[in-house]
Amino acid sequence: MIGEAIAFYMLAAITLLSGVVVVSSPNIVHSAVALVPAFLGVTGIYILLNAEFVAGVQVLIYAGAITVLILFVIMLTEGGTGLRLQQRNEQGTIGAVVAAAVAALLIAGATRTVWTPQPGTLATYTPGAIGQSFLGTNLLAFEGTSVVLLVSLIGAIIIARKED
Amino acid sequence: MITLTHYLVLSALIFVLGLFAVLTRRNGVAILMGIELMLNAANINLVAFNKFVAPGAMQGQVFALIVITLAACEAAVGLALVLAAYRGLETIYLDEINLMKW
Repeated sequence: MIGEAIAFYMLAAITLLSGVVVVSSPNIVHSAVALVPAFLGVTGIYILLNAEFVAGVQVLIYAGAITVLILFVIMLTEGGTGLRLQQRNEQGTIGAVVAAAVAALLIAGATRTVWTPQPGTLATYTPGAIGQSFLGTNLLAFEGTSVVLLVSLIGAIIIARKED
Repeated sequence: MITLTHYLVLSALIFVLGLFAVLTRRNGVAILMGIELMLNAANINLVAFNKFVAPGAMQGQVFALIVITLAACEAAVGLALVLAAYRGLETIYLDEINLMKW
């Protein structure tokens, strides 16, 4: 149990520190690269929560694909790090106040609510249970997601295509 | 002992970081990064509720996987839009994209 606490606090620190770099770095490439440790920290949190399959998907899609996609677009548009340009708008104070208010609200809600656990135990091998669920009770959501994937694939190609 | 509240507070902090990026960044790509952080926070909530509140059901992890898929779609379309805006307007700084503002 003490090991779980140490792992949780270390992963939380990694995630939050990288998140602060993502949010505040004046160099846009540093922000994009700092996304990787943030996503990997979240992956560790998933493993602590016995969600191994979600953790694997997180590494593949977030830490792999999305970060590379973001870096590609930075290089295609900015042509560099963006250090020459102002990266923040003039809403810094308002943004900080709104963010602090939302944080206070969420943390107050999370700490004061009493959650009553439902009966049942977590499956020991979650990937199998997830597969059963996707092809059983959640079949409609699964198929709908695949249609959305197809539409966004075609849409992204059409939007990003050069006009002749 | 790490309880559900620990995970909820962590996810709230990550969500707020993403919200701050969305509110204060000028670069469209940086705003998309903030949105990715917010989606990650939502996923932590879903998986944590799956483990601590409804351990018999797999809905939390299934929802988290669907959210990850939709986040990938959102990133692809959003970055394609940023590229299209850069071609047409020569800028990806969202406060300079104000053609419809009178």
